[in-house]
Amino acid sequence: MAAWSRRSRLDPMLALLARRVIGFVLTLLAAAAVVFVVMEVLPGDPAAVMLGVQATPETLAALRAEFGLDRPAPVRFATWIIDLLRGDLGISYTYRVPVAGLIAERLAITVPLALLSIALSTAIALPLGILAAARQDRPADAGIMVFSQIGVAVPNFWFALLLVLLFSVTLGWLPSGGFPGWQSGIGAALAALALPAISLALPQAAILARVTRSAVLDALGEDYVRTARAKGLTRAATLRRHVLRNALIPVVTIMGLQFSFLLAGAIIIENVFYLPGLGRLVFQAIAQRDLIVVRDVVLLLAAMVIFINFVVDVLYALIDPRLRDWRT
Amino acid sequence: MKTPAVSVVVRHPALAAGAAITLLLAMVALVSLVWTPHPYTDMNIAMRLQPPSARHWLGTDQFGRDILSMLMAGSRNSFAVGFVAVGIGLGIGVALGTTAAVRGGIVDDAVMRLADFTFAFPAVLSAIMITAWLGPGAVNAIIAIGIFNIPVFARLSRGSALQVLSRDFILAARAAGKGMARITLEHVLPNIAGILVVQATIQFALAILAEAGLAYLGLGTQPPNPSWGRMLNEAQTFMHRSPWLAIFPGAAIALAVFGFNLLGDGLRDLIDPRLRRARS
Amino acid sequence: MTVLDVEDLRVDIRTRTGALPIVRGVSFTLARGTTLGLVGESGSGKSMTALAIMRLLPKAAAISGAIRLHGEDLLQADEARMCRIRGDRIAMVFQEPMTALNPLHRIGDQIAETLILHRDMPRRAALDEAAGLLDRVGIREARARLSAYPHQLSGGQRQRVMIAMALACRPDVLIADEPTSALDVTVQAQVIDLLRGLVDEFGMALVLISHDLGVIGRLADRVMVMYGGAIMEQGSTRAVFTTRAHPYTQGLFAALPGRGARKGRRLAAIPGTVSTPDALPRGCPFHGRCPRGQDVCRDNAPPVVEIGGSRAACFFPGP
Repeated sequence: MAAWSRRSRLDPMLALLARRVIGFVLTLLAAAAVVFVVMEVLPGDPAAVMLGVQATPETLAALRAEFGLDRPAPVRFATWIIDLLRGDLGISYTYRVPVAGLIAERLAITVPLALLSIALSTAIALPLGILAAARQDRPADAGIMVFSQIGVAVPNFWFALLLVLLFSVTLGWLPSGGFPGWQSGIGAALAALALPAISLALPQAAILARVTRSAVLDALGEDYVRTARAKGLTRAATLRRHVLRNALIPVVTIMGLQFSFLLAGAIIIENVFYLPGLGRLVFQAIAQRDLIVVRDVVLLLAAMVIFINFVVDVLYALIDPRLRDWRT
Repeated sequence: MKTPAVSVVVRHPALAAGAAITLLLAMVALVSLVWTPHPYTDMNIAMRLQPPSARHWLGTDQFGRDILSMLMAGSRNSFAVGFVAVGIGLGIGVALGTTAAVRGGIVDDAVMRLADFTFAFPAVLSAIMITAWLGPGAVNAIIAIGIFNIPVFARLSRGSALQVLSRDFILAARAAGKGMARITLEHVLPNIAGILVVQATIQFALAILAEAGLAYLGLGTQPPNPSWGRMLNEAQTFMHRSPWLAIFPGAAIALAVFGFNLLGDGLRDLIDPRLRRARS
Repeated sequence: MTVLDVEDLRVDIRTRTGALPIVRGVSFTLARGTTLGLVGESGSGKSMTALAIMRLLPKAAAISGAIRLHGEDLLQADEARMCRIRGDRIAMVFQEPMTALNPLHRIGDQIAETLILHRDMPRRAALDEAAGLLDRVGIREARARLSAYPHQLSGGQRQRVMIAMALACRPDVLIADEPTSALDVTVQAQVIDLLRGLVDEFGMALVLISHDLGVIGRLADRVMVMYGGAIMEQGSTRAVFTTRAHPYTQGLFAALPGRGARKGRRLAAIPGTVSTPDALPRGCPFHGRCPRGQDVCRDNAPPVVEIGGSRAACFFPGP
């Protein structure tokens, strides 16, 4: 009965958070198990790959022992998880350096890249989607929808090449690839990330604009919009105060889903621009059968996706009071 | 008096445009089987990296191969990828989805959790892993993309089948003594076929896009079979000298994806006008 | 004193195949402190009449005639002027209390919004006022309830919130579109009593839209029976209810399942279904379902005849 009183307002939110955190940890553990099993099942002996043609039974056995590959699978899984919890991600087969450091180095590129492109696609898509909905079936709407259809169809790596052709080859404004490192100045680093971020953002923005448009149109059709207009709110004020927040729920859902596409896109885009990020690391690690790196990075990527889902769930509850009550 | 064809163009311009583009590409693919301006494998170092000309309409690549011919032949590759990958997803996905809907209970839970889990991993990453281990190549790329179409169709067919199953005529059919397998074949599948065709068209576009990405990374179709994605990969090296190498294959991919997306959206409007706004 | 004067109101929806008439020449006047009942089946044009008065019709609607509020023709007012009138001089309560409130905003803020908008009140003062309004419409612990969200209230409470919201600026005219149809029978009675008390207390003019003759009978001073966008019969509630001059009014009464009509009751006694606007005859819209219908009804607009204080638009009126 007291669900609406001020005192208990925080409690459901905390309970929800606790539930989501537990769910997050469990899903992560399941993901780790899947990653481990996949690594076990898939062919390719890393020791054999590393030693190549010089492999002898003795050197193979020695190398396996060095990396603990001779122990039974459940033991190795447990060891992996315990080491992960201690922050020890193991040693890369090929690079012969701690994976933790390797990943940290690469994250310093991929995370800013992802954030930049999310910011960019949101900044483009939300205004366009809202504008299209507000001008439904008029020229502005049609134009935005055509832009969206084209944006969805253009492969991001091709768009990246076109950007390089224009801004690097023709105009010479921005570098066509590589990364100078953050130590060489924010400006230079951001310049190196600009074209990759734009090419990642375009297809995302195209999809997000469509979703925003239909979410706003759906919200505009709701009864409470008529109520707001009957109160005397102008069309614009109704949109601002009553429509946008309601429309945010499907938009946040799609933004969460897009994050996983963004990570996947980063694998390709980092290869286009020779950016030494996480995507390029995992791509090369797979090619070189560097199982430790693959395993850790794949788990990290899955963890990021799961974490974003967690954030989206919490955002839902912040946006929509109904979810604060029902889910507890 | 308007003919039916004219009225479709007027009332569903997106559908008409999508159908026209996909038909055009299908014809190009068919024609390329018997004729291309030049044999697409013919190398001619003397004619390498030629800009577009009367002899080579879209120019030549670093081995002097005719770009237009390669693009035409490459369309076959894209259609093959689309058909097989979507076929895998459709066949297995619909079987799983309708079974889940009809059987319910544990079967339903198991299928849906599996679908959820597959969605949690970035699809391209998983596709890269699959192709990396199975080895690069068109067949493995298609399998990898096909696998990720399975949960899409499983979810869609489950949801749509549940709707159909809740209708009265299913009850009537059961009362008439028909078994669930027969009801699924006779009533459920025909009723969800429309929405499946729409999704298949959209997934076709996505499959072309995904294969192009894998091919660009060198994990898809291998030489000498022409592929739009790999042409882009090779083009990058010579882009500074010969930008047309990078422009035409990408435009071909974009056109194909654009066409199939328009076709899918148009079909959806045609099947269910109420969904017009809800589509995303 | 006449507050609202509607004269020959016509609404047409523009479609690809032409204009569909959905309100066809509705006229009435409404005095302070009185209630006009608008009755008819769904699709009879009564909700469209209400939305026309609010000037909240869909974009495809063309509207003509005159709607005078204290002599000012609202059809000549621009959108900015209408925004100042809506919620301030004319307010509206809708049928679905479940969906008519914004699920993401506290009900206190939703009520206060009207006051902040039209009265330029600071938020705190507006919330104080909102608490008073909630108390007036019969919500207990009104102050604490200000911070409740719509989903935390029952259907009846939500409808009370809607009414409090509409009352916020003490409007001259309150339009209530099926205010009790979505509620349980016991709650219906409470909301009807509340509305009656409010009309007396504030001296508002109430336009009550309902398909429920029981609700109309308990609240309305005057009744207007609508069908196919046109007025079939109007007069004082007593006259219309006793005379029942129009065959359609008789049909409505014949469909009643005895006293205390249930909500959502289909008017099964009238054969056929409500004609769609594109299938209406040129003459009387009820032609085709009317037991007294003749050829003359189909082709000619029926005359308005007064019988026993009730005015019916019919060639063959009478009990």
